[in-house]
Amino acid sequence: MGTGYLALTDADREAMLRAIGVSSLEELFADIPEQLRLERELALAPAASEVEIERELTALAERNVHVGRELSFLGAGVYDHYVPAIVEAVISRPEFLTAYTPYQPELSQGVLQAIFEYQTVICELTGMEVANASGYDGATVAADACFMAAHATGRGKIAIAETVNPQVRQVVKTYAPGFGLEVVEVPHSGGVIDPAAFLAASQGAAAAIFQQPNFFGCLEQAPDLARAATGAGALAVAHVDPLSLGVLEAPGNYGCQIAIGEGQAAGNRLSFGGPHFGFLAAKKDLIRRMPGRIVGETTDRRGRRGFVLTFQTREQHIRREKATSNITTNQSLCALAGLVYLSWLGSNGLCKLGETCTGLVELLKKELDLPLAFAAPSFKELAVHLGRSAEEVVREAKKKGVNPGYPLGRDYPGMEDVLLVAVTEKRSPADIERLAEVLGEVLA
Amino acid sequence: MSDWREEPLIFERSRPGRCACSLPHYELPKATVPTDLARAEAPRLPELAEPDLARHFSALAERNFGVDSGFYPLGSCTMKYNPRLNERLAALPGFADLHPHQLPEDAQGALELCFLLQEALAEISGLDTVSLQPAAGSQGELTGLMLVRAYFQDRGELEQRRKVVVPDTAHGTNPASVTMSGFELQPVKTDARGNLDLEDLRRVVGPDTAALMLTNPSTLGLFEEGIVEVARLFHEAGALLYYDGANLNAVCGISRPGDMGFDVVHFNLHKTFSTPHGGGGPGAGPVAVRRALEPFLPVPRIVRGKDGGFALDCDWPKSIGRVRGFFGPFGVFVKAYAFIRVYGPALREMSEAAVLNANYLLARLKDVYELRYDRLCKHEFVLSAAQLKREHGISALDVAKRLMDYGIHPPTIYFPLVVPEALMIEPTETESLETLDSFIDAMRQIATEAAESPELLHEAPHDRPVERLDEAAAVKRAIVRYEFGESAPEPG
Repeated sequence: MGTGYLALTDADREAMLRAIGVSSLEELFADIPEQLRLERELALAPAASEVEIERELTALAERNVHVGRELSFLGAGVYDHYVPAIVEAVISRPEFLTAYTPYQPELSQGVLQAIFEYQTVICELTGMEVANASGYDGATVAADACFMAAHATGRGKIAIAETVNPQVRQVVKTYAPGFGLEVVEVPHSGGVIDPAAFLAASQGAAAAIFQQPNFFGCLEQAPDLARAATGAGALAVAHVDPLSLGVLEAPGNYGCQIAIGEGQAAGNRLSFGGPHFGFLAAKKDLIRRMPGRIVGETTDRRGRRGFVLTFQTREQHIRREKATSNITTNQSLCALAGLVYLSWLGSNGLCKLGETCTGLVELLKKELDLPLAFAAPSFKELAVHLGRSAEEVVREAKKKGVNPGYPLGRDYPGMEDVLLVAVTEKRSPADIERLAEVLGEVLA
Repeated sequence: MSDWREEPLIFERSRPGRCACSLPHYELPKATVPTDLARAEAPRLPELAEPDLARHFSALAERNFGVDSGFYPLGSCTMKYNPRLNERLAALPGFADLHPHQLPEDAQGALELCFLLQEALAEISGLDTVSLQPAAGSQGELTGLMLVRAYFQDRGELEQRRKVVVPDTAHGTNPASVTMSGFELQPVKTDARGNLDLEDLRRVVGPDTAALMLTNPSTLGLFEEGIVEVARLFHEAGALLYYDGANLNAVCGISRPGDMGFDVVHFNLHKTFSTPHGGGGPGAGPVAVRRALEPFLPVPRIVRGKDGGFALDCDWPKSIGRVRGFFGPFGVFVKAYAFIRVYGPALREMSEAAVLNANYLLARLKDVYELRYDRLCKHEFVLSAAQLKREHGISALDVAKRLMDYGIHPPTIYFPLVVPEALMIEPTETESLETLDSFIDAMRQIATEAAESPELLHEAPHDRPVERLDEAAAVKRAIVRYEFGESAPEPG
């Protein structure tokens, strides 16, 4: 009986049953009505040893074509940036890895201080004054922002740009009926949002959400969009790429009240879409409407600095049905990876990384020499016309060992020939040349 | 007195011009961001060389306590050992470096793993079908209630069915999820045995009831003895039953929520299935449902095609939509699946050991701490420090803090709310008898100290990096980020 994860011996069990005053394990379950007891073993695959499990899962892993096995230009929300070794070294420390949420501050100063530092880094990136300890991902934090804005403004509508990541928009729409919110999408014009259209859609809206750089990789006229939103009395919400914020202006510096985003690119591996983290930051007057954990600084009775979970009266375990959110477990370890990564980069590294991305996109334009889908400047993704089905081109290019990008027609009817190509510092100029060569062959 | 040194904030260790990173240098064409969109002033990220980065986070790790540091009987959180094999497997390049937009035909191994996990969870829950998408337990709850909502909307009953019944012992997430999904909360009481109060329940269940949200065993660690009658009551009223899987560790392979009459279940893979909690996530909160609710599950669904291959299926017009990006926290699925493979059909041995450990602690502690509901427990139980409070002015908080001096993480305290000065204790199955005995010794010793030297408890903990912290001051001062411009503290 038992696995290597169980420590009780037969003798232990007998002694324990005696101490409890029962004669068998079955007696411990006497309170379960007989007709509800499962009278058979679970129909699960036979128990396996560690060696066998490793063999079995390694075989499954090897059936996947990961980014090390093809030259990949996939992005569209999740990016193959380099994850430095120090990140894995830190997040595999068992004191971080195996801890629960820091309910007992005296035993959790490590995690609490790290979250405080994380909050600061997120505020610095976004130009905001308060950040929470993380949300599930870049999509759910958008729903969180809607909930905050609905309560802050008392309005019942959300305006969201069509150039926001489709998955983010889908999650907002899934949450909206429960919040009693109507969602209006603002169509793009030439790959970006027209501020006048954004202003019109923001009338009566609690929040107006745009993405910078947007899903097409284009730079929006973000300050104009923020002005349009706030001009209509809505909270301006920017969904941003954290790694763009060395070269692109911070949302808090051009009039947004809330900044959100997907943190994956900062120190988290692709992992087939998760776990990653979402970040959410805001101006200070919104602190009591924020969902999730917030860490604050305080002192102990000897005057030493320490950190605690704070403003907990917003939260579900205190406020129950009147809470700002139901969130408890968030993405601490992924956010910690984000903190370590951004600390590894530092200010100069972040700026240099951003310049590398824009430079690579420039090279991409030159090397591919394909008609651009949109005229607006790009950060690290470029949408190009292929003149034929992008899905077909992807399949043909993959046969030559290159995954050339994401077909935008999957989400945008009418864009069936548009390919979204992403670069990161892991793609070299030689890689881009190879992409151009393969696309040239496929399109010839 | 503790001799911990303060670890400066990473910003206080920062010096302009230092940098840990090394990035490739490419010869690239010049690209400029339009001036009105360009960053005017760079964000002040920490500037450290890598050795100091390593020391900083090492110092922070040392100031934290995990399951590997010692016993962690935090009630309802199921702090069991996190097998290291699973970390290694989730980090395999074929999983960790797989892009979620990869074509399904080039991600068959990952999709198959998801499919196998779905099948295993369906079998464990006794329900028909599973979505892995929700990111955590509370999102699983919310997803479950969205499914209930969609189900009644489809039947034209949503206007009528506004209420979700939640017992007073429930986790705070339950009522919060009720509000977020647009329902109204209908609380019900707990009876003298710690079960749902059937009289109260009969009074509140009616044509306006949408669902019951129940944790079974409850947060008191007690199996709901009247569950068959409770399920009948709700189903006869046309309502659904929702199972909060936070306490599933008590009953795996022993009794299945689907067999109990539940229609929707959420799992906490980071509790029952051993995936590490990471200091507050990532978790994973898959949901399982009865066939009647399947049309409403989140998309994309992961399905097996006729050719035996695995595919993404979005063709569910009644779906609630997406609750999170992509397919869910895949890396967590790898770990949970590997864990289930270790036990296989004998998964009940896990729950049996968890329940045995809890009952052993209960039997050896109930003479020194009050026990409100004196029954056999399941995977956890709730003691009360109310007597210590009356007689010696010692609170549950004092007991919790003193446990730290014994190298033990405290139980969950002041929850559930129906027990005053609550100490909610969940040992899990992975603890040895010696560890359980040392906890018993510590708890009994603390009860003695409460009478003989209460100041030891009031002043605890004694050897941690900080003593008790002023939480009211934290709210008042509202310092939630580092303010630049302050001088760095003196070293040492």
